Amino acid sequence: MKNTTSATTPVISVRGLRKDFPGPSGGVLPVLDDVTFDLYEGQVVALLGKSGSGKSTLLRHVAGLLAPSGGTVHYRGKPVTGPHPGTAMLFQSFALMPWLTVQQNVELGLQARGVHAVERRGRALRAIDMVGLDGFENAYPKELSGGMRQRVGFARALVVEPDVLLMDEPFSALDVLTAQTLRNELLELLAHPDTPTRTVLLVTHSIEEAVQLADRVLVLDTRPGRIKADLRVALPQPRNRRDPGFQALVEDAYEALTGRRAAPAADPGQDPLRAAEPLPAATVEALTGLLEVLDTRGGAVDLAALADALAYEVDDLMPVVEAAQLLGYAKVAGNRLHLTVTGRGFARADILPRKHLFAAAALANVPLIATIRTLLLASGSGRLREPYLIGRLGGHASERAAHRQLATAVTWGRYAELYEYDADDRVLLLPAEHRRNAA
Amino acid sequence: MTFRRFPAGGAIRAARLRPVDLLILCGVLVLLYLVIRVGATADRPFDPGNPPAVSTDPRHLPYYAARSVLRMFAGLVPAVLFTFVFGTWAARSRRAAKVIVPAIDILQSVPVLTFLSITVTGFVALFPHSTLGLECASVFAVFTALVWNMALAFYQSLTTQPRELDEAARLMGLTRWQRFWKLDVPSGMIAQVWNGMISFGAAWFALSASETITVNHRDNALPGMGSYVAQALADGEGARVALAVAVMIAMVVSVNFLFWRPVTAWAERFRTEDCEIAEQPRSRVLELLRRSTLPGRLGRALRPAGERLDRAMRVLGTGGGRLRAAGDEARRKRGDLVFSVLYALGVAAIGWQAVSYVLAHVPLPEIGHDALLALITYGRVLLLVAFSTVVWVPIGVWIGMHPRVNRIAQPIVQVLASFPSNFVFPLAVIVLGASGISLNWGCVVLMALGAQWYVLFNVIAGASAIPGDLREAAADLGLRGRLRWTKLILPAVFPSYVTGALTASGGAWNASIQAEIVTYGSTTLTAVGIGAYIQQATADGDFARNFLGAVLMSVYVVVINRLFWRRLYRFAVQRCAL
Repeated sequence: MKNTTSATTPVISVRGLRKDFPGPSGGVLPVLDDVTFDLYEGQVVALLGKSGSGKSTLLRHVAGLLAPSGGTVHYRGKPVTGPHPGTAMLFQSFALMPWLTVQQNVELGLQARGVHAVERRGRALRAIDMVGLDGFENAYPKELSGGMRQRVGFARALVVEPDVLLMDEPFSALDVLTAQTLRNELLELLAHPDTPTRTVLLVTHSIEEAVQLADRVLVLDTRPGRIKADLRVALPQPRNRRDPGFQALVEDAYEALTGRRAAPAADPGQDPLRAAEPLPAATVEALTGLLEVLDTRGGAVDLAALADALAYEVDDLMPVVEAAQLLGYAKVAGNRLHLTVTGRGFARADILPRKHLFAAAALANVPLIATIRTLLLASGSGRLREPYLIGRLGGHASERAAHRQLATAVTWGRYAELYEYDADDRVLLLPAEHRRNAA
Repeated sequence: MTFRRFPAGGAIRAARLRPVDLLILCGVLVLLYLVIRVGATADRPFDPGNPPAVSTDPRHLPYYAARSVLRMFAGLVPAVLFTFVFGTWAARSRRAAKVIVPAIDILQSVPVLTFLSITVTGFVALFPHSTLGLECASVFAVFTALVWNMALAFYQSLTTQPRELDEAARLMGLTRWQRFWKLDVPSGMIAQVWNGMISFGAAWFALSASETITVNHRDNALPGMGSYVAQALADGEGARVALAVAVMIAMVVSVNFLFWRPVTAWAERFRTEDCEIAEQPRSRVLELLRRSTLPGRLGRALRPAGERLDRAMRVLGTGGGRLRAAGDEARRKRGDLVFSVLYALGVAAIGWQAVSYVLAHVPLPEIGHDALLALITYGRVLLLVAFSTVVWVPIGVWIGMHPRVNRIAQPIVQVLASFPSNFVFPLAVIVLGASGISLNWGCVVLMALGAQWYVLFNVIAGASAIPGDLREAAADLGLRGRLRWTKLILPAVFPSYVTGALTASGGAWNASIQAEIVTYGSTTLTAVGIGAYIQQATADGDFARNFLGAVLMSVYVVVINRLFWRRLYRFAVQRCAL
């Protein structure tokens, strides 16, 4: 049934794709901007990016689940205007119907296409067999482990013989060993002569996963998402993680991912809150932990090695690294993270001095925290309403993003004892002793 | 295409009938026979001047009980259909949602009994020479007691469907029919079943009231439990009333045992695992059915028909298919505008009609007086909630924190909550008459007879859900007495208490219509209040006043819900949810 057009026509072709989501107060929030790429027959392409880079949004455009705000998606030369039978998807949460058995779940896609009951049954049983789940046909998903559920996901996707397999972080809900097993089995399935599917688009935030599985890694930038690197992986399968070529690619990917764009020149007339870079959502504990590890390892470490040692994915590690950079505690050079002098001081300080150091660093480097503190000191009552700050922040971020940023600023400022927060009334307050002085 | 059949293991195993199969087969046949026998008597000639007499001979009691149960289930079926159609419609169409959701939301807080007389008259007019009209009105009362909660719950479960399941369904290209049965109904099943079961208590109340309703000085007695009790009371036969109450309790218990418990236990398979509950509901009846081969046989026999239906329903098309192009946006906005204007005009026209109708029949000062009456009834509702809180919160906490007591108490409380308390209202007349208390105060007790249990069983549920860790931590810290109550117990049960108190006040409003005028034998006691006003207007056949009373009461309920209960609930969930 497979359509064998010449190898030069791409299976999926994305041109100038733009996606805006409605922001607060009628504005728009660009999530994807001018994304262009082609996916050719037989390729495995990984979309790699931090959270918020719009990689899952991009995948949903290819699937025909979302309508673009601008630009086009084509499948074999035809514009995509809705879900189409050329693709099937694997989900992070598996997305199996909990009330259907394994077999009924696998049959569902065939039923949707009107395949007759007898043929449906045969094809579903073959697919279940192929992913190694015979004997589990009548089990319900809740009886299965996470790895087995994702195998059902494979069977459900492959039974409809799609041209392109779309995968949305399919292994990130699994433990490390299970994920590794399933990755290897995916490669075997794709190489198997009975599998009609050869082309894969994989969304991941794990660099190693991308390099292990993909022929090509597209690195997405954050807010708005656009492709900022296109890495070819020419290593033969099976790939060895300890292989120097593999390691070099992982480091390249790290560099592409952490590389910063030149910051846009600040407009002098602009609100300092809006010009500021968004606050990374990192906790003070994680930041402290990172700096201590960095200090015990001699003050400099490879990002890839660090992630490996901490068993962190990029998504978990990047906000902490960004927070350390923002506060002037660490610097990224190439793919190495270096501890600064202030960073070392912080890492070695005791609990109370640490708070004072943190307060100084936050006031000097985080415009949002500095502004809140200034506003509080300037106000007669020492109180500041949260909705007011959200309104001022809301200009360049979505309402949710504004809330998230303010939540980080509140936690950091509370830790530094720069201000307090009353969740009932949603106000920020100067610490009690300041208020007494003011009164 | 091949048609070779694989002999499946299940087919061979299922070849022999088991003893349990015969048992169930007999049960089904008896049930069918009864339904046909009893159902056939619904269409009797009816002469409005000479309504059918209800005999209080205990021999007729089983027949009356069967009639009442049949009406309950006859109301349940259209409630489920309505839920499916309107819940789905509201969830799939933005514009339909704007009309349907607020309407259902208001209707679910409006006391069912307020509109009973209007519906009775309408249905009687539909079937002028048959009891079928009265039957329909009675079934309709059950329907309205059940449907709004169920429809709202179904709508909410559709709009909170897990996003990835929705995407999977769209990507597979499920037809509308397939999506409805494979995703929408299963994911809403638990909410549906529980809401149906809880509303069933209110439905018993509505049923017994509708069996005996007096419209325009005419008794419209239908053979059933409600009318049996009413007749026995009118004749002053206390022993027969007691017998009927016992039969009623037996009926509530057996409907729970034979229907709701198996259904809730079966619905557990539709639970998505992110909200696992501690104690699985179990049912002996369901276990019996699972041991039987009959459900399996029936399923296999019906499967080819299901396949054919699945094919036939492809004509409904595929939902969620095409994406909107960017250019459609402006046209959609224009359409929305037109729709909103038409909607507003429609609502305004109906409102104008209603206002001018009422004004034509009721003088303006009387409307002000009626608002005052509603305030008095509201005072009673408040008193009742306060009373239930003081009495039942401590008891509920005690029961909930002692698992062994809980196991015994919970089923009893559930029966008390679903027992139609208006059965025993007239008995209270005797007590009140003897003690000389005015019904103005006494009817608070009558209203409480049915409504207070909601507070109790919600508090029990809340208290039994306090995590063991928290209780141990509190004991470890030496929290005792006042501190333990204010810092641990009260905050922990607060969200469930609010749910219970809200339901109780709804039940109390509903009960006020029956409780503010009570008759036993030749004694009739009347209290001052909007409930008495509505009942009087119903008996007089005064539609304008009946309508006015119903609207006033509904406005009170809706406004108080919005201003007070919803806010309290939001606060409770935000602050005290465990």
